[in-house]
Amino acid sequence: MGEEIKVTCLHDRHVGLGAQMSPFAGYDMPIQYRGIAEEHNAVRNAVGVFDVSHMGEVRVKGPDAERFVNHIFVNDVTGAPAGQIFYGMMCYENGGTVDDLLVYKVSDNEFFLVINAANIDKDVEWIMRNAEGFDVEIENESPYYGEVAVQGPGAEEAVERILGLPVRDIPFYNFVTLRVDDEDIIVSRTGYTGEDGFEIYGSHEFTQRVWDKLMEGGVEPCGLGCRDTLRFEVGLPLYGDELSADITPLEASLSMFVKLDKPEFIGREALARQKAEGVSRRIVGLELEGNAIPRHGYPVEVDGRQVGEITTGYRSISTGRSVAMAMIDKPYDKLGTEVEVRIRRKTFPAKVVKKRFYDKNYKK
Amino acid sequence: MSKIDKDVRYAESHEWVRTEGDIAVIGISDYAQHALGNVVYVDLPEVGDEFQAGEEFGAVESVKAASDLICPVSGEVVEVNEELADTPERLNVDAYSNWIIKVRMSDPSEVDALLDPEAYAKLCADE
Repeated sequence: MGEEIKVTCLHDRHVGLGAQMSPFAGYDMPIQYRGIAEEHNAVRNAVGVFDVSHMGEVRVKGPDAERFVNHIFVNDVTGAPAGQIFYGMMCYENGGTVDDLLVYKVSDNEFFLVINAANIDKDVEWIMRNAEGFDVEIENESPYYGEVAVQGPGAEEAVERILGLPVRDIPFYNFVTLRVDDEDIIVSRTGYTGEDGFEIYGSHEFTQRVWDKLMEGGVEPCGLGCRDTLRFEVGLPLYGDELSADITPLEASLSMFVKLDKPEFIGREALARQKAEGVSRRIVGLELEGNAIPRHGYPVEVDGRQVGEITTGYRSISTGRSVAMAMIDKPYDKLGTEVEVRIRRKTFPAKVVKKRFYDKNYKK
Repeated sequence: MSKIDKDVRYAESHEWVRTEGDIAVIGISDYAQHALGNVVYVDLPEVGDEFQAGEEFGAVESVKAASDLICPVSGEVVEVNEELADTPERLNVDAYSNWIIKVRMSDPSEVDALLDPEAYAKLCADE
């Protein structure tokens, strides 16, 4: 990038807490405070808070807002009630993935898109470029918003008691806009951990007050280290690992979010063709025998021939098993297929399993 | 502040070497274990494996990442610390008493090229 590293509005808090900081998506971000395993377990068993202010926010407004979102997004927002949230991807014409994102329906004429930090510039350019012929206004509001994610079985209680926000009636994948301290903030029942939880968007000053109250209230500060172990255990993709410009949502085993029955969206033709022909490779889960840990990029082999590679791998903190997500050529993607993972000088036997290593615990 | 053992020599890649005759006892420094965080796996070589100085002989892994182990001297592995297979966290407890491998050196003079404790302390301070 060569650009100066950016900081979020909570950067001084992280440094003050003694977090281990590292560059991520152009931001100096906390990787861990107390330790990845401690923070991971806090989210699985109690409640933790993440600074996710680096995420991008784009607002789409205008008479053609719904039609435009449906044009750039693989999921279908047609006729949805205000307050509903959709997960899905933006794709290129060839079906490769521009980004995965959340789409918040504010009203029939307004949508709020939450995109990955590393992709903000690319996404905004892509969205603007494809807006020709649509009566919409597009605003990159990323510089305005701070964001925290409060996650874990204790999230609802923490947000209500410590922050005083009425959130218990927000259904899963829905949001509300609340007037707090003379500003409109957004609270959604979403997250990236497989646990119940909320994502809270507001001004930098509001976000700082929220963070400070949560710290005073004893909520565990959680870094990007456990954000990755948590999302991985429940099989959620990370752009750059399981999704990229070279990986289609169908190859990422995310076809349930791709609504090919919509009349039109960018990438539809390529994805429909891929669906009809069948993908030649896809993301699966792997479980290794023994203790060796598979990591991103390690080759997956059958009879000494490479048939894929690891996209994310860990010793699962929740189960203690060595597991991975991997992009595997057909026909080796079938459940139960025996493969080998090359880890440095040796190969280790592994088996194709479901890419959900820990059951989600959403409150629906 | 990480501990520096005054009785060993160090590689720039943060392994330490203690010599017992022509045997090099090799581990990782306190600085290295601290930088790694909780060690959850040590990938050990086998007795009889031969390595050149500078060659990778295994890895130490935290939850987050794998860090290669580089052999500071050339020779043949004569013993590996099997205790680390079941309890890798020993490296976090005491990085100097928990050695990783013992190597019969083919050229003991290679030890002279390693950093002395003072030079290593300076290297850590600069990182």
